[in-house]
Amino acid sequence: MLTKGLKTLLLGAAAAFALSGAAQAGTLTIESWRNDDAQIWKDKIIPAFEKAHPDIKVEFTPTAPKEYNAALNAKLEGGTAGDIITCRPFDASLELYNKGYLVSLNELSTMGNFSDVAKSAWTTDDGKTTFCVPMASVIHGFIYNKDVFKELGLEEPKTEDEFFAVLEKIKSNGTYVPLVLGTNDQWEAATMGFQNIGPNYWKGEEGRKALIDGTGKLTDPAYVSTFATLAKWAPYMGDGFKAQTYPDSQNLFGLGKGAIYAAGSWDISTFRAQKVNMGAFKPPLPAGASECYISDHTDIGIGMNAKTKNPADAKVFLEWIGSEEFANILGNELPGFFPLSNASVTLNDDVAQTFVNWRKECKSTIRNSYQILSRGTPNLENEMWNVSAQVINGTLTPDAAAKQLQDGLAKWYAPQQK
Amino acid sequence: MAQGTYLRLLVFFLGPAVLIYSLFSIYPLLDTIFNAFYSRQSDGSYLWNGLGNFQTLLFDPTWSGPFWNALKNNFIFFLIHMCVQNPIGLLLAALLSLPRLRFRATYRTLIFMPTMLSVVVIGFAWQLILSPLWGVAKMFLGFFGLGFLFAPWLGVESSALITVSLISVWQFVGIPMILIYTALLAIPDELIDAATVDGLNQVQAFIWVKLPLIWPTIGLVSILTFVNNFNAFDLIYAMKGALAGPNFATDIMGTLFYRTFFGNQLQLGDPSMGSAIATMMLLIILIGVMAYLFLVQRRIQRYSF
Repeated sequence: MLTKGLKTLLLGAAAAFALSGAAQAGTLTIESWRNDDAQIWKDKIIPAFEKAHPDIKVEFTPTAPKEYNAALNAKLEGGTAGDIITCRPFDASLELYNKGYLVSLNELSTMGNFSDVAKSAWTTDDGKTTFCVPMASVIHGFIYNKDVFKELGLEEPKTEDEFFAVLEKIKSNGTYVPLVLGTNDQWEAATMGFQNIGPNYWKGEEGRKALIDGTGKLTDPAYVSTFATLAKWAPYMGDGFKAQTYPDSQNLFGLGKGAIYAAGSWDISTFRAQKVNMGAFKPPLPAGASECYISDHTDIGIGMNAKTKNPADAKVFLEWIGSEEFANILGNELPGFFPLSNASVTLNDDVAQTFVNWRKECKSTIRNSYQILSRGTPNLENEMWNVSAQVINGTLTPDAAAKQLQDGLAKWYAPQQK
Repeated sequence: MAQGTYLRLLVFFLGPAVLIYSLFSIYPLLDTIFNAFYSRQSDGSYLWNGLGNFQTLLFDPTWSGPFWNALKNNFIFFLIHMCVQNPIGLLLAALLSLPRLRFRATYRTLIFMPTMLSVVVIGFAWQLILSPLWGVAKMFLGFFGLGFLFAPWLGVESSALITVSLISVWQFVGIPMILIYTALLAIPDELIDAATVDGLNQVQAFIWVKLPLIWPTIGLVSILTFVNNFNAFDLIYAMKGALAGPNFATDIMGTLFYRTFFGNQLQLGDPSMGSAIATMMLLIILIGVMAYLFLVQRRIQRYSF
């Protein structure tokens, strides 16, 4: 009896071992911080991939966003990280590539589906090597409440003058908060304010690159005017916006008490859940400008762990991430996160489609503090949060804000010290 | 007892505590100080930097500006606790120990309750109360015809720190109250009876008899307040984020440390500079505690009954 029992046990153990080994060989594990999207990965994205590639199994194992960077670093150092790594934009991932944890993906055939702007977040400073496939971006603009616009007889503003005229009308009506934005959390002022309308002033990529090579300065008129326009928002932002947090803003607009919301496209799904009848318009053109620019910010990429046991399968997966099929699934399942590939994608969500259409009408750029310029102390991104909030609060003039940014950058960034 | 047995017993009884305390308290502390003497290179390695980090922190305007600002704010934070929290705690304790008070236990529990709540709950609740959008504070003031006094206090540079401090006072006022109340309970009734016979009323008896007897406890409460305030971080992080706005008006040592050590948004964390700030915090607290021990504690007279 005993020997028989032992045999069964051993056999079972051996079988389990073999099974786990088998699972290991053909399985790709994905590291990610998008635990909000876990269900969509499991129900939509992975089945679609496995249908086309039945021999490869994929597993999505996300970590909480706040812990992701630290956890991923620890796993990579310990050699226990998954085969596929979801990449944060710019320096966090560049550091991983420089340490040899990520590999060059230049030879992927679907890499040609992406523009240079899309790839910039995961490309070395010299522009030669791309180490993650661009996956999704977020676009800035303004979301408005269609019912309110109809009630007050308003139309989508195209120029800045029209924008302020619309705000003035909503304000004089008095029922709704004209422009929903708070400065308590600071990043709202910088991201949904400064980076939202700014590209029209500094001409998108042209201005952003000029800052990096040192030919442009943050004290240039483009930046001062951006701040000057931001400062004019304050009277329309509703009572006590200085203590209004981001969730406050979301609720204010979600409950139908606000008319226009300075947005990131990721807010679409929040407002869909609250059943707001909404539309969107792009950052209105300043006086004298003819071309429009939008912030189409690269946010999520995906790369390969250099130490994966399964590089061939991992590359097949990454090729697929660059394909049109993936772009379609992503764009439709996660409205507000837009595929970065050049493939033309039809989105079912009309507001998301409005956002993505701007790519054809306007030139895309990314947030100007993200590439290279936030590597030193004082940190440019932090400074932008601080001064943007202060400019809207009225405690700092546009000139002083621009000067503070420029002085901070010039303290450590050599091309700006000339 | 034989020497050997004594030693064995010593190891047996003290060993585990010493081991755990060293592992989880002494070692991290020493390691932090040790880290502060290195600097992080761009390739992720660490190089010996001597007192370089401290020099940068104290004399390079990029770092010293935020440092002194955080230290100043931290002192204001502490002073508000000393001047508001502890006197109110004392007053509440005195009221609680009145002989003919009804619902004593109810009051005591209610006042102590916020201390046990999570700081995230407190921060969220007060943010809602004071919210200019949905808060009850505005309506409440309006009810008394004082609506014009309302401002978005948490978002204004001049009032944000005071507001956050007072919220913290509200949360922790139960601690000085309970400590002082316990000390008051320990005072024998005979002393109060004697004072009453001598013609002192309740207030006089409190000032002339009870207060001198609880000075050691008030000293203890003060030093606890000091240590807690200079280690504070969570409430400000919960309400104002790691950048402690507006314009760093609510930035204290804890938030400055957090931002430096763990990073923020695009700012990568810098463990060695963060350790330097943590070491400075340790030094400040150490100086405060030493000053208290040598200048105050030794002069306090204790009475035993």
